[in-house]
Amino acid sequence: MSEFFGSPHALLVLVLAGFLPNEIWRMAGLWFGAGIDEGSEVLVWVRAVATAILAGVIAQILVQPPGALADVPDWLRYGAVAAGFAVFMLTQRSIFAGVVCGEIVLLAGKWWVG
Amino acid sequence: MSAVASTVLTLVLFATYLGIGALAHDSHFSLGWALGSTLLVWAGPAQIILISTLGSAATAVQAAIAMKVSAIRLFPMVVSVLPLMKTPKTRRRHLVLATHFIAVTLWVECYRLLPKVPRERRIAFTHGLGCGLVTVCLVATTLGYGLAANLRSLFAAAILLLTPLAFLLSTARNCKEISDVLALVLGLALFPVVSRLHTGVDILISGVTAGTIAYGVHWWRERAGA
Repeated sequence: MSEFFGSPHALLVLVLAGFLPNEIWRMAGLWFGAGIDEGSEVLVWVRAVATAILAGVIAQILVQPPGALADVPDWLRYGAVAAGFAVFMLTQRSIFAGVVCGEIVLLAGKWWVG
Repeated sequence: MSAVASTVLTLVLFATYLGIGALAHDSHFSLGWALGSTLLVWAGPAQIILISTLGSAATAVQAAIAMKVSAIRLFPMVVSVLPLMKTPKTRRRHLVLATHFIAVTLWVECYRLLPKVPRERRIAFTHGLGCGLVTVCLVATTLGYGLAANLRSLFAAAILLLTPLAFLLSTARNCKEISDVLALVLGLALFPVVSRLHTGVDILISGVTAGTIAYGVHWWRERAGA
């Protein structure tokens, strides 16, 4: 069992640095959100902020890419996402078509660049 | 359960968690640790940040701070989606498990699917969808962990691109009102600007600013229309 889970220290770090920071915000949302009415005007603002923060996460991955994605040139990352988005719009908002197209552009571009 | 199988996002999640499993392997974490992070953290970008910061010899405290900032996005997500699930009889404790499952994918899918589900069954539906997705991701984490050595960097890059691509398209599909569209566009545009300030809470600043501007436009249009 200890081989499967690794050191207790690493698991402690997982709980402290991974689980708790995320769960605290979820539970804060539960505490705060359970009292709000579905048609409430505040929700329009909260949803706009949630959407914009998510947009920030997307932008962060593209602008400051992690791991292997950093080896892909900037123009190719942006181009692949732009191509995926264009196909998504052309296919009446098909996520599948958009994702597949974006990935093909990335793979083909990376292969071509070498 | 059929909702789990029918969504494209399940495929995307599967591939993303293959990548997370592989990343955990390459950063010398145990399989149990990787599975634990999928089960407990349950947020793809957060796990990627956690594994790469801990793997790069940053201290646990630094990782926790990085995580705390990125996790704030879960707060408005939970606040905005819970009112869809509750009935007058719902107590807070009934929503605890559903709340844990909320991450980007479930947030997006709740907006799409919950209106089709009778209100009194929405919490049960969310539990089913959440359990299904977590199971899929646990399998993918295990597979990715095993495959890590064979995963070439080309495909690793492709898997990492899935997250922003799928997040962008699924959010764009759910945009119904002008405030949603503006929030998405402004949020994308503002982050690169704000990130030059290196505040450490860049995403929070750009998100709250862009979201508030979007809401302001919505409010102004409502008033002009009334």
